[in-house]
Amino acid sequence: MNAIPIEYGLILAGILFMLGMVSVLIRRNIIFMLISVEIMLNAAGLAFIVAGSKWTQADGQIMFIFILTMAAAEVSVGLALILQIYHQLKTLDTDAANRMKG
Amino acid sequence: MNTDLLIFFTSGAVAIVATILVITQYNMIHALLYLIVSFLALAVVFYVLGAPFAAALEVIVYAGAIVVLIIFVIMMLNLKKDAEEQEKSWLTPSVWIGPGILCAILMAEILYVLLAGGFEGNATQAVGAREVGRSLYGPYLIAVELSGLLLMAGTIGAYHLGRQRRKVIHRFLEMTDE
Repeated sequence: MNAIPIEYGLILAGILFMLGMVSVLIRRNIIFMLISVEIMLNAAGLAFIVAGSKWTQADGQIMFIFILTMAAAEVSVGLALILQIYHQLKTLDTDAANRMKG
Repeated sequence: MNTDLLIFFTSGAVAIVATILVITQYNMIHALLYLIVSFLALAVVFYVLGAPFAAALEVIVYAGAIVVLIIFVIMMLNLKKDAEEQEKSWLTPSVWIGPGILCAILMAEILYVLLAGGFEGNATQAVGAREVGRSLYGPYLIAVELSGLLLMAGTIGAYHLGRQRRKVIHRFLEMTDE
């Protein structure tokens, strides 16, 4: 039924990962950087799913579930940190938080 | 061209365009709405690739939970209109042209490697939720418990970091009560 060559899936994952990486590099707003990290994690999950569907194994989807868990934990801690930074510095600029001592 | 390949190309193109719109938006809420579109398109890609359980998880957890969490935080920050203009002043061509060129070179290398061959094989048949569940609670049981620990640590960390320090204003001196 399916006939999708796996290099197309891997190319899609690569393009999405590159877009996320560009966004991490060019943004100064810390929330946009967190969103870009989500895009990159999602692209990595897509690569796992493509590889898992090539060999018809469930391991690719299991790795995707673990990436999902890690992304959820990371985004909750990251958003708490963002709230604290905004509370202390009154800005979302990452350059304003370049000193350890707030 | 068969139907699956057509759906794959269409939803992949939607995902790429939506992601480009995410990284070029100035308004945070608009960027998040395009991010939801991108996640939904990727869920369609997962389904076509034969991973229906992962497609459902993509919709529920990514487009549902994580994006809503970010929207809640943006609502709590209560940003004004000038945040958009500040974002516009940060994103000048001199900022994005250097990383863009470098990442495009890396992308071209990845494209060359992937298209040079050695990747025979198609996505043949679907792997349903039954196989995923059996494998998840069989050989991967210890990893499931460890990810449960990770979520616990995330919850405690978010609670600890997100706690606001209570400020006690004395009559003469101002001190923060930990």
